[in-house]
Amino acid sequence: MLLLLKYTLISAIVLMLVALGGMFSERSGIINIALEGIMVMGALAGIIALNVLPSGTSSFVIITVSVLASAIVGGIYSALLGFASINLKADQTIGGTALNLLATAVAMVIVKNFNGSQSSKLNYNNSPFLFDIGGLSLNVFVVIGLVILVVSYIVLYKTKFGLRLMACGEHPQAADSVGINVYKMRWAGVIISGMLGGLGGFAYVVPAVKTWNFEVGVSGMGFLALAVMIFGQWKPHRIFFAAVFFAVFKSLANISDSTILANLGWSSNIYDMMPFIASMVILAFTSKKSRAPKAEGIPYDKGQR
Amino acid sequence: MDSVKRYFKSDSFISLAASLICVAIGLLIGLLLLIIIDPSAFWDQGFKRILLGGFYMKPMGVGREIATTAPLIMTGLSVAFAFKTGLFNIGAAGQYTLGAFGAILAAIVFQWPWWLCLIVATVFGALWGAIPGIFKAYLNINEVITSIMFNWIGLYAVNTIMYGNGTSPMYDANKAKTWSLRSVYPDAIIPDFGLGKLFMNNSTTIAIFLAIIVAIVMYIIVNKTTFGYELKACGFNKNAAKYAGINEKKSIILSMTIAGALAGFGAGLYYLSGVAEWNPLASTSLPAMGFNGISVALLASSNPIGCIFSAFLISHITIGGSLMNANIFPVEIANIVTGVIIYLCAFTMLFKGKIVSFMTRKSKKAAEKESVLPASPEPVSENDGKESEK
Amino acid sequence: MAEAEYVIEMLNITKEFPGIKANDNITVRLKKGEIHALLGENGAGKSTLMSVLFGLYQPESGVIKKDGVEVKINNPNDATALHIGMVHQHFKLVEVFTVLDNIILGVEPNKMGFLQKQGARRKVLELSEKYGLKVDPDAYIENCTVGMQQRTEILKMLYRDNDILIFDEPTAVLTPQEITELMQIMKNLAAEGKSILFITHKLNEIMAVADRVTVLRKGKCIGTVNVKDTNKEELSRMMVGRDVQFEVEKCESHPGEVALKVEDLSVASKNGGKDAVRNVSFDVKKGEIVCIAGIDGNGQTELVYGLTGLERVKSGKIELCGKDITNDAIIKRNKSGMSHIPEDRHKHGLVLDFSLEENMVLERYWEPRFQKNGFIDFKTRREYSDKLIEQYDIRSGQGSITRARSMSGGNQQKAIVAREIDKNPELLIAVQPTRGLDVGAIEYIHKQLVAQRDEGKAVLLVSLELEEVMSVPDRILVMYEGEIVGEVDPKKITVEELGLYMAGAKRDKREEAAE
Repeated sequence: MLLLLKYTLISAIVLMLVALGGMFSERSGIINIALEGIMVMGALAGIIALNVLPSGTSSFVIITVSVLASAIVGGIYSALLGFASINLKADQTIGGTALNLLATAVAMVIVKNFNGSQSSKLNYNNSPFLFDIGGLSLNVFVVIGLVILVVSYIVLYKTKFGLRLMACGEHPQAADSVGINVYKMRWAGVIISGMLGGLGGFAYVVPAVKTWNFEVGVSGMGFLALAVMIFGQWKPHRIFFAAVFFAVFKSLANISDSTILANLGWSSNIYDMMPFIASMVILAFTSKKSRAPKAEGIPYDKGQR
Repeated sequence: MDSVKRYFKSDSFISLAASLICVAIGLLIGLLLLIIIDPSAFWDQGFKRILLGGFYMKPMGVGREIATTAPLIMTGLSVAFAFKTGLFNIGAAGQYTLGAFGAILAAIVFQWPWWLCLIVATVFGALWGAIPGIFKAYLNINEVITSIMFNWIGLYAVNTIMYGNGTSPMYDANKAKTWSLRSVYPDAIIPDFGLGKLFMNNSTTIAIFLAIIVAIVMYIIVNKTTFGYELKACGFNKNAAKYAGINEKKSIILSMTIAGALAGFGAGLYYLSGVAEWNPLASTSLPAMGFNGISVALLASSNPIGCIFSAFLISHITIGGSLMNANIFPVEIANIVTGVIIYLCAFTMLFKGKIVSFMTRKSKKAAEKESVLPASPEPVSENDGKESEK
Repeated sequence: MAEAEYVIEMLNITKEFPGIKANDNITVRLKKGEIHALLGENGAGKSTLMSVLFGLYQPESGVIKKDGVEVKINNPNDATALHIGMVHQHFKLVEVFTVLDNIILGVEPNKMGFLQKQGARRKVLELSEKYGLKVDPDAYIENCTVGMQQRTEILKMLYRDNDILIFDEPTAVLTPQEITELMQIMKNLAAEGKSILFITHKLNEIMAVADRVTVLRKGKCIGTVNVKDTNKEELSRMMVGRDVQFEVEKCESHPGEVALKVEDLSVASKNGGKDAVRNVSFDVKKGEIVCIAGIDGNGQTELVYGLTGLERVKSGKIELCGKDITNDAIIKRNKSGMSHIPEDRHKHGLVLDFSLEENMVLERYWEPRFQKNGFIDFKTRREYSDKLIEQYDIRSGQGSITRARSMSGGNQQKAIVAREIDKNPELLIAVQPTRGLDVGAIEYIHKQLVAQRDEGKAVLLVSLELEEVMSVPDRILVMYEGEIVGEVDPKKITVEELGLYMAGAKRDKREEAAE
């Protein structure tokens, strides 16, 4: 049971972080389907940071540097989406898809080059990130994630920035007419989403294992986070609950070998499939009430009012 | 002379020019990467081989290139056809997976002849394509989300069944792959009429001709029939299509079903040519053939005939990438090139607009300002018609 | 420095779009405390001129002066800094925000980025009291009436302490009574020293409220006159460039048998709640034009969707020429003799990325003459399209192969009218067929409607324009909150009385109406 809780927590925090990222982007009006790729890039940056930091560096420095690296690289990578979809008014879905494909390829090239071999795996030490409370092993991302959840809520609903961001996603012409720079706000949304996505990618990879094979990317977590975001109706608090819900399904695969579930003799593929099936079922039932930001996906063109 | 001039201003020329620019930039980025990784070997061991593609290893490489082009034409057609109805079929990869499953199932378990296996592959792909269509038509859930989810569901399901904990009849435990059709069930292999000998590569079959014929048929359906007219009307403006009495729900489902069928057929062409076997334990990510179909469709501006040429181009680059010296250069560089091409294609709209406005400025002034606005290359956005006139 | 006579001067403004001069050397001067109307047809350049003043467009030449000093207005922020505010024709309100959030958006009172709404709320309530602009600051815009949305827009300007107020076609969405109220508010504002620019194409409103009027025609400035020195006839001549008939020429109608019979029809509302159309019964006879009048959003759109099959009806019965078509598919209704000129020509009427000829056969591409075994007969289609283009004088750059997107609004509408009339229908449903068109096109379309009537067809017109409602139909049905509240004769009713019906203040008993 503790094991289930442990993996649920890991997945929940990841899904929540990335879904919050998606939320910031879509609230500003940009569909961020590139989250999957952004997660890969963030994970890559974080792990490389872990590997290049000299041994003996204090845990605090290791955590700070690697976390920042993942967030910053995620932010930079998302700038490609921002550039294409905001400045060049590209199709956001196609642009995002391209970035997903690129991310895996780029990560493989970098990893292979980093290893100097044809191996696409990286090893790392994850002990600085883990700690125990009463037998339950936790990781620092739980703390970081909860802080970001609270901050996201406040930023979105209690600040000038949040009000303006939401206006740009709902009715950019209205925002423009009161002097808000729609392009700037959308850039902000996309970059924040990239940073959270990159961080989420790192948080997915590090706490659970000590080796990552970049061939698998992040195996669809980014897309699941999109489902979490929709299920959470683009609202931080609801995203939190949606993330926990999905995480239970996701973590079943992790514990299937070592618990009573093993007696069922199902292959782990079946468990891997579950969160995706769950997301489809939920989307099917909630589609009627679903309410996405009105202007999402539509490039904003100042000339066309 | 006049007709030549007109051609240079026509949509098709502009699309072609934009596509070529995308490819050129994609290759350039690949070249830069190679130079960065190893400035001494980048040409002989790397870029030269990408440029030469299959011709680097004549005739075998050419045969391989042709063998991989056939399914790529199909996934490209799959994406392009859905584009015509305003849908983005990111699910080609999943439909391709199901098609592969259908082909292998029919070949090994039922031991059917190749053409029947091909039909089974098509039907399986069609079913997997229909699902997002139904979700879209009846629940109004974006087909992109549904397709992505069903890509993964399909992948895991196919892996589970093909492996069957190592006991599946389709699974050859010695090779850790599905049984080689060529050695075990030769009836299921698409005939090659001597092409295999010609290219010294026995997976070069008539699949390529089948793919080209399908592309021509799709071209006719899209451009010459009332069915194509209905689908395009739905794609450009589904409200107007509904107004006109076209059943837009039916169109969406049909379009996705056909798109799925095309991708499934493509998988059949690939696996029934014996190019490779399915590896259920190592297939942890979706087949690249499906996603490369997106670049094929975009480069061809969704023109079915164009898909033939762009598929050759993409396959050329991919094969070339795999022929690089893998000890120095990761094969994924070819994926980066195609990824960059899709990224660039996402805003070819901009290129096109620039070229159009440049040309109209030179010629006589347009009578109305709207005529200068770039015509959107593909009706991917759904807001058409929602915008108020102004 | 002596106080300048004019608060705003727009001198010799020229603004070009590719291929078109939207503003050609236009000069407008606004005095302090006056209501200055800007009159012109659709497409005359009024909105462009105001967008220049509001900083949304940059003019190619010309200067703008505020209080006699030249200023540069590069964006709406500059305009706001100069205390220029604008109520746009299509409201710029975020639907999921509250009234208060919409008002403060862009000038949010905050401490280190955190919103401080209390002071703002107080100021909004004060302003609302002072000018009689009743709003609920905590209501969400999507739940507000159009009137309250407009008041929110006005408060947005006042909250920013604007003293130059631009109203862009503010009355289009209001009832006659609400219009009167708005006129009063504008007068109050002017009396408080605000200067108002009032964009409109409605002469009555100018005569009622404006001090001076500047007339634009086809991007050119025709002149500025004092309202008290002029009259409607002169203004309309200035606006259109020739004499205009206010009356639609038509003879007595001779209604025949019933073409469309609607019984107890209800259509559900899109966003839940009360049905959009409730138990509506009426009929339209051959040889008459019946008009559904009412304020926008009172169920007219849904009624038409129900009649034409764009939406399923909830209950009730629709008969076309004696045949029950209540649950027929759209294509079947077409075959039964229904034509439909839709409300939104870009949403429903045309596939903008199709060529003109492809649009001309939009509802009949399946007819045997246009296809053989599923293959399109391109030659017949071209011939048919060329014929309609000639017959209905549709102007387009390249004839049949022109993209519909590149045609002007008037010609797009003509194409739809041609297509619908050429189907030779028993019943023609025309929804706001003249929206956004210039006077010439309006006259043309009215003539076509009357011609259809005289040929013995049934015509159902849905209109929001009072002038159209009063002049075109033979019978008027007024819709209010999804119900038909009155049936009146346009020759016997006054605009004021019609307004009472439209506002729901007056209603017939159905028995009386039937008489």
